[in-house]
Amino acid sequence: MTHGSAHAHEAHRTSMGVDSRKMAFWAFIGSECLLFGSLIATYLVYKGRSLVGPYPHEILNIPFTSFSTFDLLMSSLAMVLALAAVQRGDMKQGKLWLLVTALLGLVFLGGQFWEFSHFLHEGLGLTTNLFGSTFYVLTGTHGAHVTVGVIWLLTLWIQALRGKLGPKQALTVEITGLYWHFVDVVWIVIFTVVYLIQ
Amino acid sequence: MSEHGAGAAHATTGTYLRIAAILVMITLIEVGVFYVPAFQTVLVPLLLFLSAVKFTLVVMFYMHLKFDNRFFAFLFGGPLLLALVVIVSLLLIFYGAVRLRTGM
Repeated sequence: MTHGSAHAHEAHRTSMGVDSRKMAFWAFIGSECLLFGSLIATYLVYKGRSLVGPYPHEILNIPFTSFSTFDLLMSSLAMVLALAAVQRGDMKQGKLWLLVTALLGLVFLGGQFWEFSHFLHEGLGLTTNLFGSTFYVLTGTHGAHVTVGVIWLLTLWIQALRGKLGPKQALTVEITGLYWHFVDVVWIVIFTVVYLIQ
Repeated sequence: MSEHGAGAAHATTGTYLRIAAILVMITLIEVGVFYVPAFQTVLVPLLLFLSAVKFTLVVMFYMHLKFDNRFFAFLFGGPLLLALVVIVSLLLIFYGAVRLRTGM
């Protein structure tokens, strides 16, 4: 490490010896836990209280959502492989796995768009019943997070293509990964609470 | 304990692939038990347990919390615990109120 980069790295260290950017991002993820916790609590409190249909068991497509879950789990694998590649300086692999992660995220978003369109066609809107309101707000908020993640990943991929992303920027990729994996763990909970426990 | 890049030093590509395989297997089990009538009586606790295992695996190995500075675990675990308390409290308050109103 050159003197300049060492100095730049030290500038981000806190008195606890941890990187301030990573510490701030973990605090942000903590706040996101409370956001999704409140949305999941709202969904659970109003679960089974819709006075009119469509009801969850009539409309939720488990095989399709299982594929979306598999897709997001594989995107998390691609993300850790991207980080590992960037950390060891293998930017060819790093670029490949960053792109794969973003594409898998796009597949998930495409699936969610199809699901929402299908539900709207079946008569489930945001204001149709309590299930519709809580379902769209919870899964829509998650989808918005996935969208931000995909944009973030594609930005990193373009930076890598332009030669501006290397092992020295591994922490940037690691923080992106933290966000992406958090989006994945939120979906793990949503898949169980919303789709499988009906 | 180092916080930067420590995860890469402890988890290998093989570990990441094994974790992915376990996550896929657990997902298959989740979907499987959903369709098997024999599991209906224990479906909710079983699914919550399997979901918690998947959650923990991703956080520990993919987010590197197992190998990283413990302060990050505090920053994540504290709000997560608070969120769980909020969820359980709201459910108890809401369903308690419903039971009182309906006398059931």
